[in-house]
Amino acid sequence: MNRITEKKQLSSDVFRMTFEAPYIAEARKAGQFLIIQLDDNYGERIPLTIADADEAKGTITIIFQAVGKTTLSLAALEEGQAIANVLGPLGTPTHIENWGTAVCVGGGIGVAPMHPIVQAVRKAGNKVITIMGARNRELLILEEEMRRWSDEVIICTDDGSYGRKDLVTAPLKELCDAGVPHIVFAIGPPIMMKFAAETTRPYGVRTMVSLNTIMVDGTGMCGGCRVTVGNDTKFVCMDGPEFDGHLVDFDNMMSRQKAYLKQEAGARDKCGIGRRHDE
Amino acid sequence: MMSEDQRVEDTTEEHRSAEEIAREARRLWQEYGPRAAEGTLKNRDRRAIPQMAMPAQDPAERRCNQMEVPLGYTEEQARLEALRCLNCPTAPCIAGCPVAIDIPRFLLQAAAGKFQDSINTIKEASLLPAVCGRVCPQESQCMLECTVGKVAKDPMQSVAIGRVERYVADLEREEDRVEVPAVGPDTGFRVGVVGSGPAGLTVAADLRKAGHQVEIFEAFHKPGGVMIYGIPEFRLPKEIVRKEIEGLEKMGVTFHLNFLIGRTRTIEDLIRKDHFDALFIGSGAGLPKFMEIPGENLVGVFSANEYLTRANLMKAYDREHVDTPIYESRVVAVLGGGNVAMDAARMALRLGAEEVHVIYRRTRREMPARVEEVDHAHEEGIRFHFLSSPVEILGDEQGRVRAIRCQRYELGEPDDSGRRRPVPVEGDFFEMTVDTVIPSLGNVANPLIRKTTDNLETNKWGNIVVDEHNRTSLDRVYAGGDIVLGAATVILAMGEGRRAAAAITEDLRSGRWEKKG
Repeated sequence: MNRITEKKQLSSDVFRMTFEAPYIAEARKAGQFLIIQLDDNYGERIPLTIADADEAKGTITIIFQAVGKTTLSLAALEEGQAIANVLGPLGTPTHIENWGTAVCVGGGIGVAPMHPIVQAVRKAGNKVITIMGARNRELLILEEEMRRWSDEVIICTDDGSYGRKDLVTAPLKELCDAGVPHIVFAIGPPIMMKFAAETTRPYGVRTMVSLNTIMVDGTGMCGGCRVTVGNDTKFVCMDGPEFDGHLVDFDNMMSRQKAYLKQEAGARDKCGIGRRHDE
Repeated sequence: MMSEDQRVEDTTEEHRSAEEIAREARRLWQEYGPRAAEGTLKNRDRRAIPQMAMPAQDPAERRCNQMEVPLGYTEEQARLEALRCLNCPTAPCIAGCPVAIDIPRFLLQAAAGKFQDSINTIKEASLLPAVCGRVCPQESQCMLECTVGKVAKDPMQSVAIGRVERYVADLEREEDRVEVPAVGPDTGFRVGVVGSGPAGLTVAADLRKAGHQVEIFEAFHKPGGVMIYGIPEFRLPKEIVRKEIEGLEKMGVTFHLNFLIGRTRTIEDLIRKDHFDALFIGSGAGLPKFMEIPGENLVGVFSANEYLTRANLMKAYDREHVDTPIYESRVVAVLGGGNVAMDAARMALRLGAEEVHVIYRRTRREMPARVEEVDHAHEEGIRFHFLSSPVEILGDEQGRVRAIRCQRYELGEPDDSGRRRPVPVEGDFFEMTVDTVIPSLGNVANPLIRKTTDNLETNKWGNIVVDEHNRTSLDRVYAGGDIVLGAATVILAMGEGRRAAAAITEDLRSGRWEKKG
């Protein structure tokens, strides 16, 4: 179970990994995610997004950034080794219909979970305009795949090393000004999703964001992932991960993300994996 | 700092060491043992035997460790306690037991030192005696009906049935005498069990004994359900649960871990694609309730489920070795008065909190927690604030908990159940400085299976509706435990599981459901 069949380093800290998970490959739909754990007794359970799946081969592909102890250890696994525990697919699948034109905004590693959504949105007959953002050209992922499934791709980098030197919200605003999008999907760092939602708010364009919060079980049992959406409390693992970005309390969500910052830094320092020599 | 420090009345005695308690029991045994063997013990004598105190870890030590608090009876204690049973002809205790264990018989056997016979008697009715001996609310079940307690007008003075149960179950396990139950001849039927908590494990054991193939689906990476993720080590050692699981594995039950029914596979998939002849849903009541007051999503507010899962299943108490973090708390408020609230409060203390406060809307009398857990919590220094209910959690500029604001209550007129209903005192509020709030207000049914299964009838609380044989509205599908009862107890879940297993076997044998696969 969960044997890694392919591993590729996409940039200094971003990895793509394909592993055997036939039930998940069969059941997963756009918008859903996984929880993984690397050791029964000592490992932490962390949510990871699904970048792709191959039902025929029974495999799942994830793309992740090695930033914490668990993702650093995951990146250290090699082809042929297995991920101890994988639970999924979790969360409510993306609601898909033919709206007309969908603008899909992916920032950084958030392009990975956007990939299945772009496919599903396109297959439903929508015109798809994809906006991809990254700090620089090296960190841009899945460009080829996104071009394959999009009618148009706009690329933004923070340093201008590729595409426009802009934040993703700039082309998004231009498209809204031109009255293009019937719906917007935005996935990326919380701050990007917050500003994407603020960008579309004056235009009244429905904007779905996909949240990646702290979780333990991923089945609705712990409530650690809860977010404020409008006047309600919602569980990202069950009600989400996608919510109306105009209703999400991003500030609350971002402060909740930092609950264990101190302990997480401690764990990373202790683990010694991926630590650069100059650190 | 405290504007309100209404502690429980001190009903607990000075801590006595296990050695001292054992010494006293040895002395008493010399007095009563020989007479019991001669058969000359009168009821008057039995009533004169004091209830055997349960030896426990010293509160000052145990509040810093995860080890089990009650240490268990010695042989003399177990036999003396069992001698207190009057063998009433009507045996009211049996009626008080949800699975109708033949209590007087197992007590008689224990008193006679026939401990294997005694545990065998219990096992005729109960699958998890070592667990139930520890976590059953005996004072509201068997001990409530016990004549000894009735005479004393205090169920806590009844024969300590659970403690003797624990003794005989532990003895069998520790002496490695537990036998794997015999598996019946293969019936060719396959039954899937959703969830590996008390209900699921019971169903699995009974079905396997009947000769069916049994496969359990568990969402977590370890089996055991609430006994693993919820109840702490200091109340239920995980080794006991592990042994029970091991027993099922030896019987040939298959476990599929990391397998969430409703997502990885649906109920319909299990029947249509995987050809199970029958299914049992024992997925538990796993959706934490919150108070729905302002501030509940601040950093530092954790459902008891989350707090305890981090601590128990994920072993966050082992900070040296484990990756899962747990919040560093100084002053904790736990909301609620049940066993889970007691577990969360006592866990917070063990994880290093300086002060832990339990806030409960009613009074100690109405607390649903086991009396022993409340006593233990009190001995460990947990502070109780009764007739108080939070109205708001206050945060600092970083969105972290800084205080909790509560309203005082008083007891008003009795409600339909005869309990005096707590009513808020208008304008009477107080504030406590805390950095962590743990709502422990119980759970509601997890909606996942309901939402992903067509035509499965549920009630207005989302619990699955079953008939008297635990059949659901879907052919081949049965349910039991908390997903049916709402949040209940291990023993009730076990009772449900036994009934469902009997019905499944009967329905498969009678051809009610056509054989699949």
